Amino acid sequence: MANQRRDAAIVGIYEWPKRVDPSVSAMQMKAASIKAALDDAGLKWSDVDAIYDAGDGDGGGGGLGLAAYLGLKPTVIDTTQVGGSSYEFHAAHALRDIAAGKAKVAVLSYGSKSATRRVPIGTGGGAGGGTWSGNMESPYGTTLIANYAMVANRHMHDYGTTSEQLAHISVATRHHAMRNPEAVQAMTDLQFVGVNEITIDDVMSSRVIADPLHLLECCMVSDGGGAVIIASADVARNTKKKPVWIIGSGEATKYRENGSDITTSAGAQSAPLAFGEAQVSPSEIDIAMIYDSFTITVAVCLEDLGFCKKGEAGPFVSTSGIAFDEPGKLTLNTDGGGLSSNHPGMRGIFLLLEAARQLRGESTSQVPGAKLAVSHGNGGLLGGTHTGGTVILAAD
Amino acid sequence: MPNRPQPDLPEHDTAAFWEGVKAGELRYQTCNDCKEVVFTPRAHCTACGSGKLTTKAAKGTGTVYTYSVVRQSRHPNFADLGAYSVAYVDLDEGFRMLSSIVGVNDPTTEIKIGMPVKVEFEKQDTGDYPIPVFRPV
Ligand SMILES: [Zn+2]
Repeated sequence: MANQRRDAAIVGIYEWPKRVDPSVSAMQMKAASIKAALDDAGLKWSDVDAIYDAGDGDGGGGGLGLAAYLGLKPTVIDTTQVGGSSYEFHAAHALRDIAAGKAKVAVLSYGSKSATRRVPIGTGGGAGGGTWSGNMESPYGTTLIANYAMVANRHMHDYGTTSEQLAHISVATRHHAMRNPEAVQAMTDLQFVGVNEITIDDVMSSRVIADPLHLLECCMVSDGGGAVIIASADVARNTKKKPVWIIGSGEATKYRENGSDITTSAGAQSAPLAFGEAQVSPSEIDIAMIYDSFTITVAVCLEDLGFCKKGEAGPFVSTSGIAFDEPGKLTLNTDGGGLSSNHPGMRGIFLLLEAARQLRGESTSQVPGAKLAVSHGNGGLLGGTHTGGTVILAAD
Repeated sequence: MPNRPQPDLPEHDTAAFWEGVKAGELRYQTCNDCKEVVFTPRAHCTACGSGKLTTKAAKGTGTVYTYSVVRQSRHPNFADLGAYSVAYVDLDEGFRMLSSIVGVNDPTTEIKIGMPVKVEFEKQDTGDYPIPVFRPV
């Protein structure tokens, strides 16, 4: 703890409240979210000197295009695009750039219209042909969900994990979502069959999309956006809300290799880097914001982050108490997650937003006195090419 | 007959693989310098960076590493297949490829991890290239 770094902190946050919103463009969502997050921090538009962007707003040009759209002239631009974990990478890079003295006020933003545009994220075709990887994959019609399902099947084969165990993740996440008015509105607007608490049986009796994953183990497809302001320590001491310090980060990649273990993700490499830098252990973490594209993503990442041993996520999620009002030590995805609050395609920014809300005491499923949180994004395909981005956050 | 998407050729890394498929061969590569098995096909060794690779024909036998059965796909080419399998197959020569397991009545119950399989080159409704798929042996 003594040497835990205090170089940069999340000082402003904003999450776009609507999950189906035909009234704005994705770029408008980003700009308005940035303004709202700056207001939350008590900072000005012109204070921004660093932009991190995954090119998600469809405005073109990544960080450069966004700077022009916003009307800002940042001296740091980072257009890292590594899938849904891009925002964890951005937070890591912002920490480095601020610690190096290259920036003082960094902006991360997200905007996506996947629901309005009816993008079939999970069930559309895989990679197109014409590339070194697409030509080897497109003939087989692998959907995104089937890719994750292949991880689940191997996990079940190797460790005896069951669908009933994984269903606990869906149940706890929905429990949190029902306390979050924006998530309730999202499920209503997206015409969920039942906007209510769910049971293990509900998950098990929902239809199979790709064996062994059921509908209620899959994230929704929504619109959504938001922004995060990360500032240097001197700026953070004078902002409106209490700072949420970034105390460690790790970045890693993984892809299909001959003989490799599909049940281990890039998180196994990124998490030790982040925990090592933060000088905390997984057992000290209060809040885990883990990218829940599917139940299996959470299970694999909980293991890889060290919350349980490899292969033990099934018993862990079904017996340890992962909901905020259960006695267990670790609380998971308190905003309602991608499963029940929002998933516009790349959900990583929401992992940072809800972790920051928890450490400020502002969550709708607040864990009293939460001090340490981890945000872990898995970007790309869990059973194929993907990244793991781990960020450790601390309240004073 | 199935109507799987064709590879989009010419493409530098995968052209030789697909010419092999046309000739009834499942091709893979090994590195002349470090003996690494390279797959999917590339022009360099993924272990040492060497450009000296030898293309070989695999026996076509292996085991199912993992699989799923797609029950919902919006891809037009797969609309008529019903529930269809996708799988990673570990070939005996030491490489893993994405493919599909065919020749089972019910893919949701008959495909097993570890099941021995053999390649076959499945003719398609349209296009010059058959697609390598695997059948239980
Ligand atoms: Zn080599």
